[in-house]
Amino acid sequence: MDQEQLRKEVDEIVKPWEGKEGNLIMVLHQIQNRYSYVPRDISFEVAKRLNVPLARIYEVITFYNYFKLEAPGKNIVSVCLGTACYLKGAPKLIDEIEKQIGVKPGETTPDGQFHVQAVRCLGCCGLAPVITVGQKVYSAVKPEQVAGILAEYSEPATAAAAS
Amino acid sequence: MKPTSIQDLATMQDEIVKSGKNTWIKVGLSTCGIAAGAQETYFELRQQLRKAQIQVEVKRCGCAGKCAFEPLVEVAMEGMPTVTYKNVSKDMVSAIIEKHITGKQVIKEWAVPQVKDKQLRVVLRNCGVIDPDNIRDYIAAGGYQALAKVLLESSPEQVIADLKKSGLRGRGGAGFPTGLKWDITSKSQADEKYIVCNADEGDPGAYMDRGVLEGDPHAVLEGLVIGGYATGATKGFFYIRAEYPLAIERAEKAIKQARAQGFLGQNILGTDFSFDLEIRLGAGAFVCGEETALIASIEGKRGYPHPRPPYPSVKGVFDKPTCINNVETLANVSAIFAKGPEWFASIGLEKSTGTKVFAVTGKVANSGLVEVPMGTTIREIVYDIGGGAGGGKKVKAIQTGGPSGGVIPEEYFDTPVTYEELQKLGSIMGSGGMIVMDEDDSMVDIAKFYLGFCVDESCGKCAPCRIGGTQMLHLLEKIADGKGELADLGSLRKISRAMQKASLCGLGQTASNPVLSTLRYFENEYKDLIKA
Repeated sequence: MDQEQLRKEVDEIVKPWEGKEGNLIMVLHQIQNRYSYVPRDISFEVAKRLNVPLARIYEVITFYNYFKLEAPGKNIVSVCLGTACYLKGAPKLIDEIEKQIGVKPGETTPDGQFHVQAVRCLGCCGLAPVITVGQKVYSAVKPEQVAGILAEYSEPATAAAAS
Repeated sequence: MKPTSIQDLATMQDEIVKSGKNTWIKVGLSTCGIAAGAQETYFELRQQLRKAQIQVEVKRCGCAGKCAFEPLVEVAMEGMPTVTYKNVSKDMVSAIIEKHITGKQVIKEWAVPQVKDKQLRVVLRNCGVIDPDNIRDYIAAGGYQALAKVLLESSPEQVIADLKKSGLRGRGGAGFPTGLKWDITSKSQADEKYIVCNADEGDPGAYMDRGVLEGDPHAVLEGLVIGGYATGATKGFFYIRAEYPLAIERAEKAIKQARAQGFLGQNILGTDFSFDLEIRLGAGAFVCGEETALIASIEGKRGYPHPRPPYPSVKGVFDKPTCINNVETLANVSAIFAKGPEWFASIGLEKSTGTKVFAVTGKVANSGLVEVPMGTTIREIVYDIGGGAGGGKKVKAIQTGGPSGGVIPEEYFDTPVTYEELQKLGSIMGSGGMIVMDEDDSMVDIAKFYLGFCVDESCGKCAPCRIGGTQMLHLLEKIADGKGELADLGSLRKISRAMQKASLCGLGQTASNPVLSTLRYFENEYKDLIKA
């Protein structure tokens, strides 16, 4: 992205929050919604625009689990680790995912296809254990279903390499 | 025209109720329903009805609390009993239209069985009943009449006195009397004051607040405006977990609609009281449920807790007096002022009045949201409503209060649920998570799970929590790996005491509770692992 484009985009995001006390977290939410993470060059621009030190921005980003500093993979696989999902076998799903695509929670596959994360309760405990891929929710998942779920999102080349 | 009196609201209510039809279909569209495929069912229903040219309105509603039965479809036909169908996938839609709508025959085997249990819906009064996206539905249910009564007929002092009379205690976990909290905030002198709705539901395995916000956001909003009036707040904040996008969306819509009707903003209901609200999002930090950390987060900072005093009611958001109430508490407030404090005080027991919502999950047959009068026994909740462990298994214990709570073994299930009784057993009421565990579940493992959660979520500011938690987790891992010694149990108890006494905030002070309570009731499980 060139500087001018970047400045324009940051401006759009910051404007509605300008002058409101304590706006930093809300601005970071807008940024992550747009780019799916908080890119470094955007943080630089936000620091200038909001007149806060860059360190303050990074201090906040690194404190909260929700904000990401790197672009996640194309498909975000979230495994719920709430208590209900935990009791009903979520740790086995994490093991199975690692077996299938070789990454642990917090990691992205080398081809950028999948980013795996453990999340604390998606709030649908009645359907435990739950996995989401992007917006799609899979309920009462058994380890043997994991391969099939991931295959729905694998691009042909990746699927061939995995088999 | 915007309503400016109770009469206006009652007239609106009448008109909306009269314009409603007796034949309709309702689909539960909250996070859990949508996850189970309710959106597809909803679209399929509309499409098939349109194709068949059948004039039946398909309505949307929030979560009815029966999560194990999602997607839920309720059908009302003139001259027939209203029936709720369970687990309605889109393939079942044509049969429901053919048999029930056209053929006027109930499909008994798909219907949710009607059972008489102790549930009483105060907080969840409209959840699964009204369309949360439509303020007219809330007004038709009598909504905003409590606000009108309060603003037009009561002084802030009277409102606080009434709330004290109701006996309402905070539903976020600690059970502090809400009327007293409002009183203290109202007496703090400042040019600006704030009231905050804490919807940062962080206990993993609990979703009461999500259920209420997605199913009936106006009930919370109305409670918040009443609180604003009573405490003298000039502005309110809705602090919602970012992980609840649907709850955020519905709260945003509710705020816009309430503003358009004059229930929020300048000169509410034509009075000289003005109050507005803003949504602030959490960002995935459990510690932000603690009120001083929550305040830091609203201010856009790291969610570090601060020592109290000063309490938020004296020095809170942007250093102004701030009153923080939980979602369920505020949904109770709007009910209390609609029906009167005496009515509320008559529910439950003397020191724990009203009802409590629980998210009953884990190894239980009918997991879901349950609302019972305080004083209901654990047994009635787990067996009569929850249906026991299911699958022929025996229930071993429940866990309440999430990472800050403790386990309660089966032999204590006749205990009535009140703040004091649960505390006596070494657990807490908490915000309403109730995890059921069966004979297959290891108590050491569950203690490790919760402690691991707190270690992850410790903000690291104070040493007792940061170091104590990590050391305890090491000990638990050592025991779980079969390398433990009996002396480790003593060390666990010792570190627990230090964390309880010396930690800065509630997270650290309570983080060892799951370990202590499993040690109290299931020490043999620890010893078995040590011996093996």
